[in-house]
Formats: sequence, C-alpha cells, structure tokens
Amino acid sequence: MKKRLLTVLSFLMLLTVLITGCGLNRDADGNIVSKKVTLINVSYDPTRELYEAYNSYFTKKWKKQTGQSVEVIQSHGGSGKQALEVANGLKADVVTLALAADTNSVARSGLIASDWQSRLPDNSCPYYSTIVLLVRKGNPKHIKDWDDLVRSDISVVTPNPKTSGGARWNYLAAYAYALMKYDNDESEAEDFMRMLYRNVSVLDSGARASTTSFTENGQGDVLVCWENEAYLTLKNDGSDYELIYPSVSIKAETPVSLVDSVVKSHGTKKVAEAYLKDLYDEKAQEICAKNYYRPSDKKVLEKYSDQFPTDFTMVTIDDFGGWDKVTKKYFADGGIFDKIYE
Amino acid sequence: MERQNKNESTVLKWVLIIIAAVFLFIMVIMPLGMVVAGSFAKGLKYYIASITDKYTLKALLLTLRATIASVICTSVFGLIAAWAVTRYSFPGKKIIKSIIDIPVTISPVICGMIFLLLFGRQGLIYPILNKIGIDVIFAVPGIIIVTVFVTLPMVFREIVPVLEARGTEEEEAAAMMGASGWTIFTRITFPSIKWPFIYGMILSASRAMGEFGAVSVISGHLRGLTNTLPLHVEMLFNEFNTTEAFAVSSVLVILSIALLILRLVLQYISKKKIQKIQEVTD
Repeated sequence: MKKRLLTVLSFLMLLTVLITGCGLNRDADGNIVSKKVTLINVSYDPTRELYEAYNSYFTKKWKKQTGQSVEVIQSHGGSGKQALEVANGLKADVVTLALAADTNSVARSGLIASDWQSRLPDNSCPYYSTIVLLVRKGNPKHIKDWDDLVRSDISVVTPNPKTSGGARWNYLAAYAYALMKYDNDESEAEDFMRMLYRNVSVLDSGARASTTSFTENGQGDVLVCWENEAYLTLKNDGSDYELIYPSVSIKAETPVSLVDSVVKSHGTKKVAEAYLKDLYDEKAQEICAKNYYRPSDKKVLEKYSDQFPTDFTMVTIDDFGGWDKVTKKYFADGGIFDKIYE
Repeated sequence: MERQNKNESTVLKWVLIIIAAVFLFIMVIMPLGMVVAGSFAKGLKYYIASITDKYTLKALLLTLRATIASVICTSVFGLIAAWAVTRYSFPGKKIIKSIIDIPVTISPVICGMIFLLLFGRQGLIYPILNKIGIDVIFAVPGIIIVTVFVTLPMVFREIVPVLEARGTEEEEAAAMMGASGWTIFTRITFPSIKWPFIYGMILSASRAMGEFGAVSVISGHLRGLTNTLPLHVEMLFNEFNTTEAFAVSSVLVILSIALLILRLVLQYISKKKIQKIQEVTD
C-alpha cells in the first residue's frame, strides 16, 4: 500500500518536472546550422516600436539569404537595469542600450570585449537621437530654450540621472547650454543646473515613466525627453503637445553591441553580427527614421530633414571627455549631481 | 425605550451596510468596471485581437504552467510537511512551522532577489548550472521556481489547523485494528482535510496567477519567452497600449473570478456534505 503512495508522489513529481522541464531545452546546443535560431535583443524602453519593425525586416532578409528562420526575442526596460540584468546572467545575444556607459558596464563584467565600440561604424551607433523639450499645446508658459526652465514659475519633468540613461543625456544637454552661456565657467553652470533641478516636480526612475507623468498624470509644464519619445507622444496625442528644439542639445548616441560570451555559447555569432550590421543598410535606416530615430546614414537623414532639424548646436559626449569621465564626475555617488540636487 | 433601541439598531445596521457597500463599490466594483470598460474602449474586434495576440497567448501559457506547477508543489509539499508536523514530534518542530510561512510573509521582490543571488551570474550555483547548460534565472525554470516558492506554504497553512484540531485518536484506532498507512490516509485523514486542502490549492492558484514582484526581478522581460500575464500587462501599459493592457488584464480578472466561483461551489458542496454527515450521526 505504501507503494501506491510512492507511485502517486512520483507521478506528481514527474508532472512537475515535465512542466518546468519544457523550458530547459531552449536552444541548448544553439546550433547555427539548425533551421531555426533565436536571438535575444536586450534594449531600453522606447525602442520597442523600432525593433518590432526592424525584426520583421531582418527575419525576412535573413531567411532569403540563408534559408534559416530567426526569431528575435525582445526585452525592454530602463537601460541601467537592463545592463545589470545582462551582467547578472540574462542571456542577451545583442544589447542595444541607451548609452555607451551601460554597455561598458556589461563589458566590465567580462561578457563583451572592451573594444566593442570600434567594431561597427559611427561608434557602433546605427541610429541616435537628441534631447528636446515637450510643452503643452499653445506653449502657455512661453518656453523657448533651457533658460526658461530655470524660471521660478516653471515646473519641469525629467527622470533621475542616477537610474535613467535618458536622464543623463537630459542633464548633459542642459549643462552644455549652461557652459556655453557662462563661457565654460563650471561653477556658474552648476548654479544654473541647481536652479533647473529645483524646478523638477517629478523625478521618475525612467524615461518612459516621466513621459507618463507628463502626459497621463498632467504633471509639469515641460518634459525634457528624447526626440524619438517626443515624436511618439505627438503621434499618440498630437493635439495636446508641442515640440520645442532648444538652441543647444546633445547627440545622444545609443550604441549596439553583440555579447561575445553569449553568442559563443549560443552559437549565434554569425546571425547576431548580421543583425547589427544590417541596421546600417538603407532600408533599415529608413525604418529608424520612420520610428523617429536619427539615422546615421547622411542621405537618409537628409531625406527626413523636416523631421530632424539640424539648425541648433549639437554637442557630443566626447566634448565632455567620454562616459567614464562623465559618470565619475557628475553621476557617481558624491558627484556633482548629488551636490546640486539635495 | 425598547422601541427606540430597536430603531437605533436598525439605523446603525443600515448605516454600516451602506458604508460597507459604498466602500466595496468604490474600491472593487468601480475599478473592475473600469477594466471592463477600458478593455472594450476600441470595440469587441480589437478586444478579441488583443487577447488572441501571439504574445498574450504565450504569456497566458507561461502563467498557466507556473500556476499548475505551484498547485502541484504546494499540494505535495503541504501534505508531507503537515503530516510530519502534526503526527510526529521532533526537535525544532515549532521553528519549522514558522519558517514555512516565510515565502508568504516576505516581500515578493525580496523572494526574486534571493533567487537572483542564488542562481544569477554572481551566484553560488551559477558556475555549475552554466557547465551543464541550464538557464534558471531569466528563463522559464526561474519563473516557475519563484512562483512555486511564493505559493509553497498555501496548502500547509490550510490543513495544519484542521489536523491539529482533530487529533490522532481515529488514526490510532484504525492502526490498532490493523489498517495500513495508506488506508488510514485515504479513509480517515484525507477526507477530513479534503476541503481545506482544495481551498489551499485554489489560494495558491490565484496567488500564482497574479504574482508580479518576484517574477519581475528574475524574468528579464523576454517577450514571448519569460513574460507572464501580469508582466505582459505592465509592458503593454508602458507601450502606451492602454486598451490592450486592459484587455489582457480582463483575462486575469476572468481567471480569478472563475477561481472565486469554483471556491464558492466547493464551499457549498462541503457545507452540504457536513450537514449530511451531521444528519446521519444524529
């Protein structure tokens, strides 16, 4: 009789193993010559629509070229959080994050070769963006430039640069303006930033959350955000908002890289390389532009010049000495951001 | 005087009933109504398209798998542990009884982090898992493991009080009359704990279906692979697809209402059964 109890128990155990076990055989050998291959692309929040469009383009192209069908699995979230998850073992074949600093942090964990950014053209940025201001319809507070954001009657929405990649670009864009205004006087520029962040009413943890605070919850007079995010908001409720280009902004480079150790173990190096390389071909560049990302291809950028004005000063991260220096100086614990935002 | 008292008590009765009803309406009925209204905001066709979307179905499947695994594990574990705790005495029994409750009392986010630290790339077990080529964290097994973890004590918690209240006399009597362990279990022990047992299963199912925090930490949000229904809802909401998010939420609501009905039916049956037994013994 005891046997029966054991039988029942072992049956239940077996059932459990079967249910959980189904997940175990997921591309275990990851053979590249197999008919089907899976790619995991870990990205940041606003690229969902872009990669949905690009994935369907790439799968068709790859099938035609090699006869192999590829399924691209997407993951989106705050850029820093996503980088941390990859470093913690999320098996991403490629990372397409919001800033090189986050990809660097994955590289530091030993998963990506340290020279990753020189492996593809344009600093590994097939597309980039810039930082703009989004205001309410009719611009009731007459916001024209960064100057207006430090006015005492203005309430600003921008995410927290400690946690959000987009927020760091926002900070640097405003800071670039302040440096120009005060002839590179850093202490005056910091005062400017202090005044700006004093006007911040909601400091969300991510760019998408800030957009939601500004649009759905009606917080603030101005949202500092990615150009692509601003266009997406206009596309959704175009009648409620207006896009303002400040006189100074930053070239927000959003580089892509394959994750060397993962593609090695998955056996997906070839397809992952093609996936990133094909982002640069003309059709893919058009897809980027249609999803409001500035294409790196000058010709395609020219074609969409109505959408992507260039009549403002665009600084780059190199003007600040690169991400390693910038992170340490401005955003690390005890850095300048901590001092101005107390 | 008496009359006045009576009046007062009926007034009080209705005031309390109205307060409860208003509260229920504002806190439960209205939000649920919003979900339904929100999910049909773009019409029936859009609703059906949203809930039959490829990614929604995959998320539903994953949620169901995690739920079934949880129910099985909590049942098996609950029976074994409850039996051990109520039928044998051993040192540390009280400590075990309290430790078993940890998964439900601890914050789900922390549950997720525990498994991240255990199975993640910086974790102790990772090198071994990596060698055999098994992905736990940011893969389906991880989702199922944390869901099982947070629901593990559900059945145990339901049946232990009943077993304790009943004592062991009947079983001892049966054993003295020569009944085997299996007969004692199926004829005497299990019938008495059947309803709490089933109730515990339902509780664990509803918890498993709705689990968000723990799963969110170790999911990696791989669309179509490690996205459960609640995570999928959040993702859709973040994508500005409010209508679709509501539509998928309504699937979760329907599932929980189904469980609720199942619970009511079972309660009704068990009541009937108890009445019957009482009639017979009377």
